[in-house]
Amino acid sequence: MAAAERPAIDPADAFVMEAPALADWLIVMPLVIGFIFAALCLMTRKDTRRQPAIAITGLVLILLCVVGLFVHVLVNGTVVMAMGRWLPPFGIAFVADMLGATLALISGIVGLATGIYALREADNTERRYGFYPFLLMMLSGVICAFLTGDIFNLYVWFEVLLLGSFGLLILGSRRDQLDGATKYAFLNLVATTLFLIAVAYVYGLFGTLNMADIARKAAVMDEVGPRLTIAALFFFAFAMKAAAFPLNFWLPASYHTPRLAVGAIFAGLLTKVGVYALLRILLTIFPADRDDLAVAIAVVAAASMLLGAIGALAQTDMRRVLGYLVISGIGIMLAGLALGSATGLSGTAFYTAHSMVVMTALYLLVGIVGAAAGTFDLHRAGGLYATAPWLAVVALVLAFSVSGLPPFSGLWPKIFLVKASIDVGAWWLAAAILVSGFLTTIAIVRLFAFAFWRPAHPDMRSLSLAEVPVARLGLPVLAGLCGLTVIAGLYPEPFIQVSDRIAFELMNPAGYIDAVYAPMPAAAEGAVQ
Amino acid sequence: METAVAVLTGLYFAVSIYLMLSRHIIRILLGTVTLSTGANLTIFAMGRITREVPPIIPSGLYLPAEGAANALPQALVLTAIVIAFSLFAFLLVLVMRSYQELGTDDTYAMRDAEPEGEPLPPLGY
Repeated sequence: MAAAERPAIDPADAFVMEAPALADWLIVMPLVIGFIFAALCLMTRKDTRRQPAIAITGLVLILLCVVGLFVHVLVNGTVVMAMGRWLPPFGIAFVADMLGATLALISGIVGLATGIYALREADNTERRYGFYPFLLMMLSGVICAFLTGDIFNLYVWFEVLLLGSFGLLILGSRRDQLDGATKYAFLNLVATTLFLIAVAYVYGLFGTLNMADIARKAAVMDEVGPRLTIAALFFFAFAMKAAAFPLNFWLPASYHTPRLAVGAIFAGLLTKVGVYALLRILLTIFPADRDDLAVAIAVVAAASMLLGAIGALAQTDMRRVLGYLVISGIGIMLAGLALGSATGLSGTAFYTAHSMVVMTALYLLVGIVGAAAGTFDLHRAGGLYATAPWLAVVALVLAFSVSGLPPFSGLWPKIFLVKASIDVGAWWLAAAILVSGFLTTIAIVRLFAFAFWRPAHPDMRSLSLAEVPVARLGLPVLAGLCGLTVIAGLYPEPFIQVSDRIAFELMNPAGYIDAVYAPMPAAAEGAVQ
Repeated sequence: METAVAVLTGLYFAVSIYLMLSRHIIRILLGTVTLSTGANLTIFAMGRITREVPPIIPSGLYLPAEGAANALPQALVLTAIVIAFSLFAFLLVLVMRSYQELGTDDTYAMRDAEPEGEPLPPLGY
């Protein structure tokens, strides 16, 4: 009878009343599939013959989901789903705008590519110790970090992907892996803890954790001091995650130590999550403070791209050359964030997508090169042009693409960024982009010249690709990734349209906020009826 | 009350930064644990600390009483504690393993991944 005494409750005051459209479920499906298949792989971890088939099925399904989500967002605009039907800002919202959906799509591609490559690389011991569960958990963590609309939830996904990456990094437990993993683990843990502290301040200042709600409240806040402090703390934490100079030292210390498939997925995804978080926080949530920090971001960007390229020039180990090139790429992405103009952000979005694909492909390529040449040392590798001419073609395509030379995908975003820099008179930033491209060309073409063109070292015997186990699946994967960079280079129009739309959405956070709060009028209408 | 917790948090951060500046991994580990404790206390203080009114909605009402304690930071802190604890457990094993394998906990001597005195890359064929 107690219930009868209470006034009638209208659930529409607190809940999203309409069931989400069927297509909207795509936003949580990568998470659901990733975790289910990770659990299945964990259960079958002793069955090392069947486990890879389960893992690849999971990776394919995740890719299908993110492709579907990307098409859905492309056609219908930003997709929002509130967990537990709680109206924003109370429930955790998943929000897929064009930026999130695009990066999720590319993560799906990178995840599947490295998963297939690892079929021939990860041995049975590594499978038993959980290679595929870690891979699936990390991939789900990365995709959900791109899709979540709640800042504390973003912290949770950072920790999920961090734990997955720890597991992948130390599989094998060699001395150099333990050394690299120690540095990686400590510096990343400190970065996420700083991120958590910034989240605490956000909560203290705004009383909310929903990104759209914070953006709404930050826009009408007059006090600059606390808001700028929080934005700077976020910048510090995410620059550390993204390995921007001067917080980059964990990356070249660790990325070359695990399997190349692991290095590939790390280089493709992990630092880019940091870049994504910077774009989301500094453009959607605190756009005014980005303007105040712009000069600092520009200096960090120029220093990262130049020192990354110089670092790549000084390495003798091919894998470590790539580690420094990742840092250089991060600098180029941050240049667009520093500029903040539509052209600059479009360039950053395009470059981020390009870099995810190309850096992954380069790591996989070096995996095959190292296996065929018998060494990763530039002093001793050689002679691969004679034994593996097609691999040389792929290598040259990727080398040109990462340097930003035509006709591949690295060219267009760099043109955008240089143009955007000159538009605002930041000639030194444009010069840094061009000089870093020049240094990158030297570093990567030198790798090509020594490993492929030079005759084989007298002590070494380079194998033909038929003798290299990773090449059988590795070459088709590499051909696919190369195809992407060639298509984006030769016919950039659709890619530029998407990146222009990303830039437009980032510069107009009102669209993001409206999308999150759109369920409200719908629910109110439901109440009226 | 917030002031006292803020001072305490500051002490935690000071201790953690001092420990993390050490060359020895085990002190850095203790420093990161202290740092996450400081972060948890920060979240707690940011939710404004009151203790007079419990965050329980009285019968017949739909909102908690005026001045009730904030329950959300506790949920956040609980999540953060669980995550920090699992990371600590992982790091502890990692540190122990690398001490066994590398025979040192001095970060200056941990140069297996990036050996000192590597030759420069070749300048020509």
